[in-house]
Amino acid sequence: MDHEQAFELLPGYLDQELSLSEALECERHLAGCEQCQQVYSQHRQVSAQLRRADLRVEAPAELVKRIKAALPGRPSLWQRLVELFGWRSGGGALGWAPVGAMVMSVVALTWSAGLYLSVPSSETRLSQELVDNHIRSLQFNHLSDVISTDRHTVKPWFDGKLDFAPPVVDLAQQGYPLVGGRLDYLDGRPVAVMVYRYKLHPINLYVWPGGDAGATPHIYQRQGYHLAHWSAAGMNYWAITDAGNMELNGFITDLRAHPAS
Amino acid sequence: MADPVSAQRFEKLVLPHMNSAFNVARWLTHNDQDAQDVVQEAYLRAFRFFGGFRGDDARAWLLSIVRNTFYTWYQQNRGHAPDTLEFEEDMHSLETSTADHDDNPEAMLICSQSRRRVHKALQSLRLEYREVIVLRELEELSYKEIATIVGIPMGTVMSRLGRGRQQLAALLAPTDQEA
Repeated sequence: MDHEQAFELLPGYLDQELSLSEALECERHLAGCEQCQQVYSQHRQVSAQLRRADLRVEAPAELVKRIKAALPGRPSLWQRLVELFGWRSGGGALGWAPVGAMVMSVVALTWSAGLYLSVPSSETRLSQELVDNHIRSLQFNHLSDVISTDRHTVKPWFDGKLDFAPPVVDLAQQGYPLVGGRLDYLDGRPVAVMVYRYKLHPINLYVWPGGDAGATPHIYQRQGYHLAHWSAAGMNYWAITDAGNMELNGFITDLRAHPAS
Repeated sequence: MADPVSAQRFEKLVLPHMNSAFNVARWLTHNDQDAQDVVQEAYLRAFRFFGGFRGDDARAWLLSIVRNTFYTWYQQNRGHAPDTLEFEEDMHSLETSTADHDDNPEAMLICSQSRRRVHKALQSLRLEYREVIVLRELEELSYKEIATIVGIPMGTVMSRLGRGRQQLAALLAPTDQEA
């Protein structure tokens, strides 16, 4: 093995990546070549310095949490919704930021909900149940059972699943597009849930027959969510969202102003 | 890739390598936030392509996605092809990279002077050398794995490692006695 060849192989010799025969030949050349010895010892020193300096950077906890929360299975509905509405049109990593943030806040809220110990009145209990349900609906592939922006798809989907026909209204013009519906269980009975969206904020609208509240919506705030409760035309309505008070109010006003299908 | 079995497999095989992914991204991007974006995007891609993963080396597979994601990001953000690497060298000469890092908390932790010097030296290395050095010396990957990740023959891995170490030796040499 000539000098050139041996010189080329020095990194491999240092890293013990050579075949046995190459290593032996390299070693033999190294024994009698000062230049190679010098380079070899320099490289070995660099390698040792790098390892000693411990330059490895660990992933920040928040990133680990964000990726763990966002990835396996959970976001697929969000992905679908996100793609449906082109929220990721900006492309790239930033498209995940709202999803990640949302999942993060959901995790945080679930945790704080767990800590929230109290003996609630039925109204408080119900609103707590709604918050939990709302959070749960965002967590898994659970926001919508039927994904459609068309009220004529969403409404018939409930047929045969409930003993009442929930009113489904299209509010896309008002900035609250319908994204789907689902069947849920609340306060000991099956209820219809229409999922609307205001910008990036999902709004869950729970509906079931009854007249528990007045026609004037009561607005509550709980764990950062805004809830509203009212009754109209023999139906109980609960709306919940992480959007602001104003937006929720606007949604209710538009909802009440529009005839159901 | 919606079925729970492969989601579980992904969790078991790919998630544990997040530190490696972040470390590589951090050394490629020079920046915490960019590294986070790259890793998050890489995980998204990895999750999407996981169905096609047949090998047994999930870390190398993930790191090749991290590297590809980085180069896409790099081209978009710098408006530079990845092979115009000289630019990189100018941008991250020793002086500027010191200034960059003096005011971030991570740099504060690099208290030991020799560690700082090594950090700066590696940071100032050209991208094509820096990546193989990081993969070898920090991630302790084999030549074969590095060849797969970077998409070059093993011989090229060896020669790049040689040149990278040579440059580092030169950068670290003058005050070597102090270190």
